[in-house]
Amino acid sequence: MLISVQQEDFDASQVASQLCSERKDIGAIVSFTGLVRDIPEQQNLLALELEHYPGMTENSLKEIAEEAHKRWDIQDLAIIHRVGQLKPGENIVLVVVISEHRREAFEACDFLMDYLKTRAPFWKKEITHDGESWVASRQSDMEDAQRWSKT
Amino acid sequence: MVDILYFASLREALDMTQERLELNDQIQSVADLKKLLIERGGQWQQAFTQQQSLLVSVNQQMANDDTAISDQDEIAFFPPVTGG
Repeated sequence: MLISVQQEDFDASQVASQLCSERKDIGAIVSFTGLVRDIPEQQNLLALELEHYPGMTENSLKEIAEEAHKRWDIQDLAIIHRVGQLKPGENIVLVVVISEHRREAFEACDFLMDYLKTRAPFWKKEITHDGESWVASRQSDMEDAQRWSKT
Repeated sequence: MVDILYFASLREALDMTQERLELNDQIQSVADLKKLLIERGGQWQQAFTQQQSLLVSVNQQMANDDTAISDQDEIAFFPPVTGG
């Protein structure tokens, strides 16, 4: 399991190879990368500033990862989240899940992103040509996460 | 003594990242601590009464108003999270 909160960029394919190295039992790799996105019509975003709670953030990512391991038959996973100032087009977050079969890896990756967005202590501030503002949490993210509540 | 941490928009509104406070016997829970902070008035009163969705953790575990607090605890207040 690889969990990291870091300023540096990451290489998704390199992380996937690292997870799979020396293994012969992996049939599926699912990888999600989140990027800093500007809205084309506005072209107003200069950067995102990502803040976190050192210690608690890493622990909450570990808890989310352990939850995914309990729920799905997956072999290994990586979560890398960047902090600091990130420009449009740059990577923010990476989730990689490896498993024997694709379904488990797809579902676990989706779950990890939904939980990460609503549970892990990170905060985004938008720095635009017009000034700075904190990003508000989204109801749709909460609803996405609730899909995984046990029925 | 307890450590209190503030993050993101709350940190900016209060112009404070972290502080240490001596707890008296009246302060047993997160709710008691909030009441004490609100009594500071000004931006404190505003931040802790207007931001209804303010979250709290005690020793880096999510908590709520009823969570007990005691000496040596690390308490953090922050707005809803927006990572990913």
